[in-house]
Amino acid sequence: MNYDIIIIGAGPSGLTAGIYAARAKAKVLIVNEGSVGGQMVLTHQIENYPGVESISGYQLSKIMRKQAKTFGCDIKTGVTLTNISLEGEIKSIEIDSKETFTAKSIIIASGGRSRSLNVTGEDEFKGKGISYCATCDGDFYQNMEIIVVGGGNSALEEAVSLTKYASKVTIIHQFDHFQGYQHAIDEAKANPKINFLLESKIIEFLGNEKVESVKIENLKNGSITEMPIAGVFIFIGYVPQTERFKGLINLNQWGEIIVDENLQTSQKGVFAAGDARVTRTRQITTAVADGTIAALRAVDFINQK
Amino acid sequence: MVLGTNLKHIATAAQHNEVVNNNENVMICCGRMGPMCIPVYDIMEDLEDEYPHVTFYDMTFDSPEAHVIRNAPECSSFMGLPFTVYYKNGKLVKATSSIQSKAQITSILNEKFA
Repeated sequence: MNYDIIIIGAGPSGLTAGIYAARAKAKVLIVNEGSVGGQMVLTHQIENYPGVESISGYQLSKIMRKQAKTFGCDIKTGVTLTNISLEGEIKSIEIDSKETFTAKSIIIASGGRSRSLNVTGEDEFKGKGISYCATCDGDFYQNMEIIVVGGGNSALEEAVSLTKYASKVTIIHQFDHFQGYQHAIDEAKANPKINFLLESKIIEFLGNEKVESVKIENLKNGSITEMPIAGVFIFIGYVPQTERFKGLINLNQWGEIIVDENLQTSQKGVFAAGDARVTRTRQITTAVADGTIAALRAVDFINQK
Repeated sequence: MVLGTNLKHIATAAQHNEVVNNNENVMICCGRMGPMCIPVYDIMEDLEDEYPHVTFYDMTFDSPEAHVIRNAPECSSFMGLPFTVYYKNGKLVKATSSIQSKAQITSILNEKFA
């Protein structure tokens, strides 16, 4: 099936791009591998989105999706992109190894996701001793000993918040210093329930029905120890979801998409918006602005042809 | 005490029993409005049209009434939200803990509710 513009991603930038492109009478398809709203749905309460005093990220994403559909966007969610071709005048994507769609322009708004450790047992024990959300799962660990992995603000702040439940929290971090703000470091260091294991990393999760212990490598001397533990919370940052575009467009060393002032990538007719592109500020408002710019430039592009 | 989703809600243990006993195929996601749960509700909303033979519900994990799911033997090792449970003819046939992808959920639906 042929479209004018295909948008990859249905977070705030992708949905906004859809709204603007469809209102400009372009035929638009939005495809999304995760849930509609992207990182936005993970925000419990949004209070800094102008014009809206307070709204949950979930509800805001539902409204944006409805707007995009009302203006005529086709939306396919939960799909797997199995092939992408960005070269030439007609670009194409294949989803779920069965359907192919073509377009004159593509907007990449694939956003970011939580980084995982990628070690043995991580998938198997997700929800059974491994968590990525202290607010969600902290109360399962009342009076138990747990580990927090990471050295940034999220790890330090969540470690402190988890001391409300856990009897002891060990922060494991691969470096000899933390990346978080000084006040977050000070607060964690001042908490008597928090211990630190620096220059170390988890290399395996062990257990039967749930996590019972972890293997830890000391990165200074290479020694490996096993630590009995009830739970592990992982907060090691976000990565742009751009792996599949490697080699197709220019990315920087962190995998962020390099764009010009019109948000055009190194491939003509291919634009990028939101958290996936090089930017210092990642907010819903900036994602929405990106979506607007990318859509209008993509419409210009197809109209010039 | 219900969640702010667009799914049908189960508010009480009695309603839970009525739903699972009066529908052949039932999927219930028991959670909070948190980052691990919301993607699952979203996927369920998407799947309602695609799986008309399955009844989709959510339930508030923090409601005392949710003991029917929290205390199910199949969920005894779970330590991550949401608890997602699947019932066939009133019998719990599958349970998962924490966030699941659309592919993981449809795989269960296709296997258990074919």
